[in-house]
Amino acid sequence: MDPQYITPFIKSIQNVFATMLRMPVTINAPTIKKDKSATYDVSGIIGMSGDVVGSVVLSFSKDTAQKLVNAFCGMDLPSDSPDFADAVGELVNMISGSAKGMFVDKNVSISCPSVVIGPGHHINTRSDTPCICIPCSTEQGELSIEIAIREAVAAEGTGSSQRAA
Amino acid sequence: MKIMLVDDSKTMRSIQKSVLGQLGYSEIEEACDGQDALSKVGAFQPDLLLVDWNMPNMDGITFVKNYRQSNKTTPIIMVTTESEKSRVIEAIKAGVNNYVVKPFTPDALSQRITETLSKKAA
Repeated sequence: MDPQYITPFIKSIQNVFATMLRMPVTINAPTIKKDKSATYDVSGIIGMSGDVVGSVVLSFSKDTAQKLVNAFCGMDLPSDSPDFADAVGELVNMISGSAKGMFVDKNVSISCPSVVIGPGHHINTRSDTPCICIPCSTEQGELSIEIAIREAVAAEGTGSSQRAA
Repeated sequence: MKIMLVDDSKTMRSIQKSVLGQLGYSEIEEACDGQDALSKVGAFQPDLLLVDWNMPNMDGITFVKNYRQSNKTTPIIMVTTESEKSRVIEAIKAGVNNYVVKPFTPDALSQRITETLSKKAA
């Protein structure tokens, strides 16, 4: 994957966490994610379409997600409440939206977010697109941002769509 | 001063409500998408709207265009992750008066709201 698509996500997650959660994020070495299992128990998923296609997943443990959501909302939200999922969705929305704004000369739309909560879920991304996992560390725990995107080509066929199981 | 918040994220609406509360505004109506907002604006008659862009059922730009057909003057602030210049231009052409890019600090949103309302009063 072209680094021009990775750097925006790094800048974006740092900006979103600093601005909305008032906490720093340490970015660790990216890796290529080969298995479909979600890294953690909570996944916020956004699709991208247009000049760049694919999906972005923000993944964290339920405990870390709880603490981050509480910092974001300024109140305690139980992980089984719809508002918890909403907050996770809004985090991945801001990170992805902000990142795509940094893509140079690309017209890209993002989907409304989806949130999957539960251990052992799988997220299938396009088989023709590598997934780059960027592990991150905060004072509230670890998380990862997983980017499976690529430039669209003309006469795009229908690739495998993302499914969460 | 009546303010309508249009965003599919309840979290975001809560954050905006908190900022508005600190500015002294408490008469607030919420809508979860453009369609919901259109169904409520007639009865609520807001003095200011804060509108997200990407929402299900009806997005923010479509809502703004619809709303502007019958209301040319009530100020609208778009609060969105869409930061590209082309998007900002598109929003202004649709009838948006001001623009806030997410993520935002409470101070930044507060400043935009105050600025927008001052321009309207002038």
